Amino acid sequence: MTIDTVELAAKTPDQPQPWDELGLKEDEYQRIRDILGRRPTNAELAMYSVMWSEHCSYKSSKVHLRQFGEKAPESDALLVGIGQNAGVVDIGHGYAVTFKIESHNHPSYVEPYQGAATGVGGIVRDILAMGARPVAVMDSLRFGPLDADDTHRVLPGVVAGVGGYGNCLGLPNIGGEVVFDPSYAANPLVNALCVGVMKHEDIHLANATGVGNKVVLFGARTGGDGIGGASILASESFDDTKPSKRPAVQVGDPFMEKVLIECCLELFEAKVVEAIQDLGAAGISCATSELASNGDGGMHVQLEKVLLRDPSLTPGEIMMSESQERMMGIVTPENLDAFLAITAKWDVETAVIGEVTGTGRLIIDWHGETIADVDPRTVAHDGPVYERPFARPSWQDSLQADGPESLPRPSSGDELRGTLLRLLASPNLTSKAWITDQYDRYVLGNTVLAQPEDAGVLRIDESTGLGVAIATDGNGRYAKLDPYTGAQLSLAEAYRNVATTGARPLAVTDGLNFGSPEDPAVMWQFAEAIRGLADGCQALGTPVTGGNVSLYNQTGDAAILPTAIVGLLGVLDDVGRRTPQGFRESGQVIYLLGETRDEFGGSEWAWAEHGHLGGRPPSVDLAAERELAEILVNASRDGLIDAAHDLSDGGLAIALAESVLRYGVGARVWVPDGLDPFVFLFSESQARAIVAVPRSEEVRFTDMCSARRFSHQRIGVVDDGGVLDLQGQFSVPVDELRTAHGSTLPSAFEA
Amino acid sequence: MRVGVVTFPGSLDDRDAARAVRVAGGEAVALWHGDADLRGVDAVVLPGGFSYGDYLRCGAIARFAPVMERVVDAARGGLPVLGICNGFQILCESHLLPGALIRNDHRKFVCRDQPLRVESAATAWTSGYAAGQEIVIPLKNGEGGYVADQRTLDELEGEGRVVVRYLGDNPNGSYRDIAGVANARGNVVGLMPHPEHAVEALTGPGTDGLGFFTSVLEGLVRA
Repeated sequence: MTIDTVELAAKTPDQPQPWDELGLKEDEYQRIRDILGRRPTNAELAMYSVMWSEHCSYKSSKVHLRQFGEKAPESDALLVGIGQNAGVVDIGHGYAVTFKIESHNHPSYVEPYQGAATGVGGIVRDILAMGARPVAVMDSLRFGPLDADDTHRVLPGVVAGVGGYGNCLGLPNIGGEVVFDPSYAANPLVNALCVGVMKHEDIHLANATGVGNKVVLFGARTGGDGIGGASILASESFDDTKPSKRPAVQVGDPFMEKVLIECCLELFEAKVVEAIQDLGAAGISCATSELASNGDGGMHVQLEKVLLRDPSLTPGEIMMSESQERMMGIVTPENLDAFLAITAKWDVETAVIGEVTGTGRLIIDWHGETIADVDPRTVAHDGPVYERPFARPSWQDSLQADGPESLPRPSSGDELRGTLLRLLASPNLTSKAWITDQYDRYVLGNTVLAQPEDAGVLRIDESTGLGVAIATDGNGRYAKLDPYTGAQLSLAEAYRNVATTGARPLAVTDGLNFGSPEDPAVMWQFAEAIRGLADGCQALGTPVTGGNVSLYNQTGDAAILPTAIVGLLGVLDDVGRRTPQGFRESGQVIYLLGETRDEFGGSEWAWAEHGHLGGRPPSVDLAAERELAEILVNASRDGLIDAAHDLSDGGLAIALAESVLRYGVGARVWVPDGLDPFVFLFSESQARAIVAVPRSEEVRFTDMCSARRFSHQRIGVVDDGGVLDLQGQFSVPVDELRTAHGSTLPSAFEA
Repeated sequence: MRVGVVTFPGSLDDRDAARAVRVAGGEAVALWHGDADLRGVDAVVLPGGFSYGDYLRCGAIARFAPVMERVVDAARGGLPVLGICNGFQILCESHLLPGALIRNDHRKFVCRDQPLRVESAATAWTSGYAAGQEIVIPLKNGEGGYVADQRTLDELEGEGRVVVRYLGDNPNGSYRDIAGVANARGNVVGLMPHPEHAVEALTGPGTDGLGFFTSVLEGLVRA
């Protein structure tokens, strides 16, 4: 085998190179040549091609993402912002929480189980690298139509993968969402969120500093999996007996990752490691160049020291491999023995592969010959940046003009009753228990609320009851109608969900899933969504701490619905005060908070009943969202309410049904004067919630709402009759609601 | 009273088991799979999770752990031992309990609040319950189907060694709805559901699981 060295590259400037097959554009390849002053070696080409890919470099999105920093609201809570493995938020009492959402969409379509499993594994390692103990995961999933054949291939595998990996790591899954839409057929979205906890002093940044410090690779061995387009690198080898066509999807081993988590936490605790970087996309190329460029700027690696699963791998393949469950550590020479003793205790294989230098260069040798010699910043940070053209699509006006006003509406009691039962059984509103029952929500013993609650709530500190709440939301239909408003509506819903549990909203992570950035219409959706989200975060005082961009989610010319998934984290000073979703106590009074308007554009009713998507999404009022959140948080703290549920998809009727179903009680509800029953029951007006108020607290509660001039209407009473009674309209036994709500997924997947 | 909780590589519910011991009023002592040392504890819990990855068969490798040699010897001498989920699988693989756990009949992992009936209060871990008492504690497993040959099952039933039984839908295909069994002496109990996840009302479906831990602590005080 001939190894392509820096020396050889300097002598053979005209040797053809497979830059095109590696996904580089001609001008990008030329830029690499200009940076190096020669042609890149094969290993260098491999590094630049993966690190300059859309996935790693954010080259199409960077110019827009800057707004999250520029418009970031003042926040005392932010300890580490965008740019590190994950953002870190102060929650008080010396505790810090780190959380981030990440996509694994394309791999999950190709191989649903492994794609989803390694999506969970990757985000967990990001959290771990910050020095935090991972304490929970959530998953935000999008699939094609429930009745499509391919959904029956993809969904069970994704669910089993998310569950299999998370369950095996011992991380409770505390929530998420599942949405079905034809645009996600062949483009499923698998966004996984992980949250971790540490003390302030334990925050670690992934920087390679300290000349002479050792670079250590530990965890699973490096194999040939997860090499995108690696067949090209066969050109490096003239030996055609070696395996070609490496699989592009990584294969995970959650047991290895569980051991790696415990091992890393023990390394941090023993203070024998300066920094840890996880190996995710672009493997060693990414870890070495990011560690080096964030630190003193130099690193020398002897690549042949990497422990291999497959000895036939070429240096370029080793650089690009995305084998899972690997970590890179920076260790001082004095601590090396102690470091190795801990990895040995956990039976984690470890190799010292290099050291930090002061040269400003990342130099990689292969058996004594230099195969890469680059400025790490040019690989990790100075990738191409594109100002992609964007333009409001020509169809946007006609889409917005095609409102839901002309759709036939139910009016009689029987029609309203039928509408409720059909909506409860519709794919997007049905119970997701068939999915969430495959996830362990109990492990670690700190789960206070999990699905189907509005947000997941975790206890962080047993002695004080300090805890956090997290919700993920993302409404692609609203965003299709108006991406600026739609992104804000996703933010508003996540914000509302967190506040509904009684938590004070603090910070945001975002998963931005869109079609091709080369389509100006998609790029316009993307730009508008980011502008909306950044403005919204500024108005709500919740900074974006980090996240993920996934582009090219499209088939042919058809892009997915623009899907900005917002993960929002809030804090509860005492999780014992959390407000659950379900009505429980007979006699408590049900209040509807917020204004109800005739808003059905992009609604679940229009979609499920009429297959209609058009018009304008509900109007957004972030000041009202803030006011509502303060009412919910104060009411929780002061013990004024016993249950609360936010109003979103499907409107009030769905929220009422879910609230009585939780504990199997009943409720009597009346339509306020002057409101149309259909609008009252199914409108998706924002900044609304329902609450159950003990009679003893009713005056205090209404006084608080009045003082804030926030609309509150007494709409019903909880009872133990086992019936949801919409007085003067219809009544439904709770058992009938339960059958309608609970049967859809089991009958779709168990048949 | 000191109750040891063993951590194998891949154990997941070891912290929860230790918390349950503390909530019940005991002292939890961490035991390490690689140490053939029980550190003088008065009882042992083998927690849930995936010991050594369970690539071969759940619990099949864990039975060979250095700590298990001591656990097996001590259990034969009467030391109270509770195996939860993976711990139950390890006890079966170690032949401290009869039968085996196989993949759930519906082939999926299941996590739910599971109603159970305590069939026997004559064990070290259930003496605080009344026989026939109905309780709800979380169940979460992928390989929780309890199987044994007919003679063994008849023997278990005849000797009152079925400790807990599933109520309602059988969640995993376990023979005769068996959720947990004991050895003849009653000091060794294994069950698939997780009593350690039902010791605080805030984080569990209730506190019905606490009795497993208070039972053994009270038994030790009496002894």
